[in-house]
Amino acid sequence: MSTTHREAYGAIRAKDSIVRTPAKRLSVWKEHAAGYAFLAPSLVLFGVFLFYPLFQSIYLSFHLTDPRGSVAAFVGFDNFTQLFASPAFWNSLEVTLQFTLLTVPAGIIAGLLLAALTYTKLRGTSLFRFIFSLPVALSVSTSSVIWMMLYHPTTGMLNFFLSKLGMSPVQWLIDPSWALVSVSIMTIWMNSGFNYILLLSGLQGIGSDIRDSARIDGSGPFRTFFQILLPLLSPTVFFLTVVSVMNAFQSFGQIHILTKGGPAGSTEVFVYSIYKEAFVNYQFGTGSALALVLFAIILLLTWIQFRFVEKKVHYQ
Amino acid sequence: MTTSRILRSSLLYLILTLAAVLVLYPLVYTFTASLMTPEESTMYPPKLLPSGLYLGTFQTVLELVPLQAFIFNSFVVSIAIMAGQVLTASMAAYAFVYVRFRGRALLFAIFLSTMMIPWEVTMIPNYLTVKSLEWLDSYVGLTVPFLASAFGIFLLRQFFMQLPRELFEAAKMDGCGHVRHFTRIVLPLSRPALASLAVYAFLNAWNMYLWPLLVTSSDTMRTVQIGISMLQFEEMTSWNLVLAGVTLVLLPSLLLLMLGLKQLVGGLTAGAIKG
Repeated sequence: MSTTHREAYGAIRAKDSIVRTPAKRLSVWKEHAAGYAFLAPSLVLFGVFLFYPLFQSIYLSFHLTDPRGSVAAFVGFDNFTQLFASPAFWNSLEVTLQFTLLTVPAGIIAGLLLAALTYTKLRGTSLFRFIFSLPVALSVSTSSVIWMMLYHPTTGMLNFFLSKLGMSPVQWLIDPSWALVSVSIMTIWMNSGFNYILLLSGLQGIGSDIRDSARIDGSGPFRTFFQILLPLLSPTVFFLTVVSVMNAFQSFGQIHILTKGGPAGSTEVFVYSIYKEAFVNYQFGTGSALALVLFAIILLLTWIQFRFVEKKVHYQ
Repeated sequence: MTTSRILRSSLLYLILTLAAVLVLYPLVYTFTASLMTPEESTMYPPKLLPSGLYLGTFQTVLELVPLQAFIFNSFVVSIAIMAGQVLTASMAAYAFVYVRFRGRALLFAIFLSTMMIPWEVTMIPNYLTVKSLEWLDSYVGLTVPFLASAFGIFLLRQFFMQLPRELFEAAKMDGCGHVRHFTRIVLPLSRPALASLAVYAFLNAWNMYLWPLLVTSSDTMRTVQIGISMLQFEEMTSWNLVLAGVTLVLLPSLLLLMLGLKQLVGGLTAGAIKG
């Protein structure tokens, strides 16, 4: 709100409090009612499906539940202490971190590369732009099923190409040291369309005048990109990093379809643990405790990114 | 044209082509495999291209799995969520921008802070709620928890604030109430923002995986995302059947992408709007 708006608003409020005729009071009351009437649908939905479950999650995390979801006993912090003592919890945290490190930097660098190569209009650019945007039409389940076929140890095409190149086949999803890498490759591919579209529109938003003046000043394409465009693009890159980290921490579909957390827990990411605890083992109490830990981690990560990384971001 | 420039542009096209092949290959593989006859698909070494356009696989997969029903369910769910979010978010955003009521600033701060809550935190209690309401395995259970969106409210509020304030004052002078002002002036002027939110909401709903997995149990209520992942668990021994199913599901979304890439970009980058 600009200063003039604020002053006008203040003046109206001052008038409100001086003139207190019944008609005026009625119209003020009607204004409050209108506000809540417009808000009512959102308020009710948030109340039932967001605020209530948030507190219910906290409540459940201090209890043991029976398989039908009713509370059986109060256990205090036991669910949390048990979690922190269990190697499975630390394993899923580590797997999630590895998955984030494998997918986020590679995905952003690939998107940057493709966007940098196609943001100037050359012959055929629009075709390449369309191709690089294509994966955005894919959902997690269609992508996962396609790669499930590609990764198949005997009939999959990837091992066929490897054998053509004279290399020994890889047990993509079966070998514990490869499974997470395989899931990550598929995830990078699946997200590449979104990353590309976001970075390309960021680059296009910078404006050709800056590029032109850089060229006139004798700056080559590499220098222009790294020293001028990349700093100007940093808000978009920062936004994409925050979103990608959150997405990586909340990945579930590809794990559920491709590996079910296996082999030997090597791909059991955090949300998969929550799912397993709550909807396979029916432990809603510990499941809620896990979900709250995820909430805390995401808050912490977001805070860190805004506190330390955003300082390096260059806003125009 | 110097040689170095020709060299540089051919290097550029080489890299672009390589990248395009990498991005496209899984899709090309899916389409070609679904056009192969059962004999071709089991050959070794595997054939890269089908010898003709064999459409029998599509027929077989449609006989085995109710893909049409899955796609229909996904459409119903996504459109309901899209319409619901556009409606509730535009109403709430209107209240935050144009109506002066007690608690406005506090409520807005609370709404805004809910964007920080990962959906998984509310998942378990929501599942229990939906179960106790006996909404499991129904459209209601699939959609109602997602009909309001804090992100949508925020996006539309930012847009409404940019609309000229004078319009509101003039409408008020003419005795135009909030409902008329909202439906006749604010909504028509906000079409671009509403479209972005609609695309964004539709895509998110269409791609939902975990929630439909939890709340649906019968084949008649499955959405596409769950249905397609079930293809490989059922008695599908022949993988070209699975890929034919994937192709059938992919075609509509690819078609939509070709028609509306611009709108889609608007919808996707809507999330990137700086406050």
